[in-house]
Amino acid sequence: MRAKFFLIIFFCLAFSLSLNTDSRELSIQQLEERKKADRERKEAREKRGKKVFQKEITITTEIVFISKEREVPPVLSNLDPILEDEGFYGVKLAIEDNLTTGRFLGHDYKIEFHRILKQENLENEFKKLMEKGRKFFVVDLNEAELLTLMKIPGIENVIIFNTRAKNDSLRNEDCRKNIFHISPSHSILADALTQYLIKKKWKKWFLVTGPKKTDKLYADALKKSAKKFNVKIKEEKTWDFTSDLRRTAGKEVPIFTKGSSYDVLVVADEAGEFGEYLAYRTWDPRPIVGTQGLRPSSWHRTHEQWGATQMQNRFRRESGRWMTEVDYHSWTAVRAIGETITRIKSDDVKKVQNYLLSSKFGLGAYKGVKVSFRSWNGQLRQPILLAAPRSMVSVSPQEGYIHPFSELDTMGKDQPESTCKF
Amino acid sequence: MKFIFVALMSFLCFNLTSVKANLAYITNEKDNTVSVIDIGKKKVIKTVKVGQRPRGIIMSKDGKLVLICASDDDRVEVRDAKTLKLKYHLPSGPDPELFILSPDDDVLYIANEDDAMVTVVDMNDKMIIDDIPVGVEPEGMGLTNNGKTLVNTSETTNMAHFINTDTLEITENVLVDARPRVAMFTPDDSEVWVSAEIGGTVKVINPSTKEVTHTIGFEIPGVNEESIQPVGVRHTSDGKYTFVALGPANRIAVIDQKTKEIVKYLLVGQRVWQLAFTPDQKTLLSTNGVSNDVSIINVDKLKVEKSVKVGRFPWGVVISPN
Repeated sequence: MRAKFFLIIFFCLAFSLSLNTDSRELSIQQLEERKKADRERKEAREKRGKKVFQKEITITTEIVFISKEREVPPVLSNLDPILEDEGFYGVKLAIEDNLTTGRFLGHDYKIEFHRILKQENLENEFKKLMEKGRKFFVVDLNEAELLTLMKIPGIENVIIFNTRAKNDSLRNEDCRKNIFHISPSHSILADALTQYLIKKKWKKWFLVTGPKKTDKLYADALKKSAKKFNVKIKEEKTWDFTSDLRRTAGKEVPIFTKGSSYDVLVVADEAGEFGEYLAYRTWDPRPIVGTQGLRPSSWHRTHEQWGATQMQNRFRRESGRWMTEVDYHSWTAVRAIGETITRIKSDDVKKVQNYLLSSKFGLGAYKGVKVSFRSWNGQLRQPILLAAPRSMVSVSPQEGYIHPFSELDTMGKDQPESTCKF
Repeated sequence: MKFIFVALMSFLCFNLTSVKANLAYITNEKDNTVSVIDIGKKKVIKTVKVGQRPRGIIMSKDGKLVLICASDDDRVEVRDAKTLKLKYHLPSGPDPELFILSPDDDVLYIANEDDAMVTVVDMNDKMIIDDIPVGVEPEGMGLTNNGKTLVNTSETTNMAHFINTDTLEITENVLVDARPRVAMFTPDDSEVWVSAEIGGTVKVINPSTKEVTHTIGFEIPGVNEESIQPVGVRHTSDGKYTFVALGPANRIAVIDQKTKEIVKYLLVGQRVWQLAFTPDQKTLLSTNGVSNDVSIINVDKLKVEKSVKVGRFPWGVVISPN
């Protein structure tokens, strides 16, 4: 009897708690209701037959979004669905934003989505689009693919926005004046994380690097960051076990992490092949940071400050899923084009490029400060979120990192260190 | 005997005036509550649970009704100003954020942040009359004294939209700086001031020519440029000062309304957003979102007198007219 009573109390409590926590994010039901309300309002408006403000169109800008069909990696975590539409909804929302603004100014925007299939040749497909006169490209491609594009004759007459590749080489020795990097580089992410770890005084690291090339690049950036901010890497190991850890992690990880004394386990495992299995299994009780645990990123589902709630709601309403980093980068790229054309009232490639690289350009992108491009390498300057899977922990740059131009430039390679020559 | 009588009378008078002191109503965005502050006592006297994510808050001219945007409930709550009991809901369209009443309280204009619309509601029929498509993430709402011209700002489109309230159509769009939050006409309607949070400026627009006549920037020693984010704007009706809340710079700028020169910066709580005057304009209140308090400012002395703790993330503020 008594047990039953407590059970009821427990359920009541659980229910009221769940009600409280739901108040920030809209539920699926709320999203559906808004969708329905939207439709009804649209119909009612059409019935009233009122005209919408529309200036005569003077500029039409065509933007191309390019993604590539890829081998689906083996699913190691059963939790996250593999997305084949990353970037799509980001572009879609940004185009709507651009069109809304454009309607008042007489600027029109068109978008083409191109998914390059496995059997197709990226270079040829890209050339075809250039021949058709397309000038603005938002691309979801990796380093090698971007390098292929750079070899196309006349490529300097178009503008490309990189939404995925984090390689520092693309921002330095391989940089181009017409390639803009929305995605933060490995070194920006590493510095954002290091600044926070220093604030926590977690200055002794155990660094674990995965088997992939990008894991090594991220680890290199972390090592450089450690050196820059005077952090000690006490132990460094490469994870090269090929077995699926789902059943054996309990045995393998303690032995792997046994050894020297350290404050924090830093992981570089971008594909998520083993990183998730480290937590709670290390020999010593230590937090995990890097590509798993506390993770630096440009966008996260827990981000809700500075109007981000609106973006998250709009995105979920449109796509039915959470916004990823590539989605956010694609949104930012298309908005950057729109913002520039709005201000300079021209879609001439060179004029747009110069404006983007100038100090006049600034875009509100739900990060609390305006985002802009570094004039020396085309990298987007933006605050970096540090988030655990279900909570926002901090935003870098951390307080006290001062810079004569922008505190955002305390992360990543600053102008004096950059080897990019336009 | 006479002395006692006088004493009693003065006591009564004192009591009466303190009863009549203005009340300030504060929406706490993350608590889903409204805090009521007795401005005379400088104390929270009541906290009431309201709809989800309360942001914009205004009152009817007679001081009898409090209107609250319950953003996540997609509606406007109308409450009794005395008891704060819910009287009825108004339809608002999705995600109402800020709103403004027509001079005779007949029509309510609501900015729907999530929906790129301004919704127009008839206060008597409690029905939506119309909606006007505007820029992305509309927020700021300013109205002329005669109620003929409405200015709405859109945060992502970066524009001030001028709307004719007779035809409910946009007449002109003026580009301003990034993330415009608040539009406020000067007392004589000769200018409309638009704050841009990310741009870090206030643009002054001439409503007849639709031209930007001034761009006001801010420089505060020891505060980095990126954290100067103008939001709330309030003009004194004597045309002397304009107060602009500067967000994470934790300051309110006092600007000479005529010359547009900055007179002073007042240090208040963290992330200051919205502002409201008492009817006599001797006192100004500011909501400080991150420090969870409200600053009470003496307008004559340009001095912050007290900060009053309220709920989590105070967003909007309105003060009773009587």
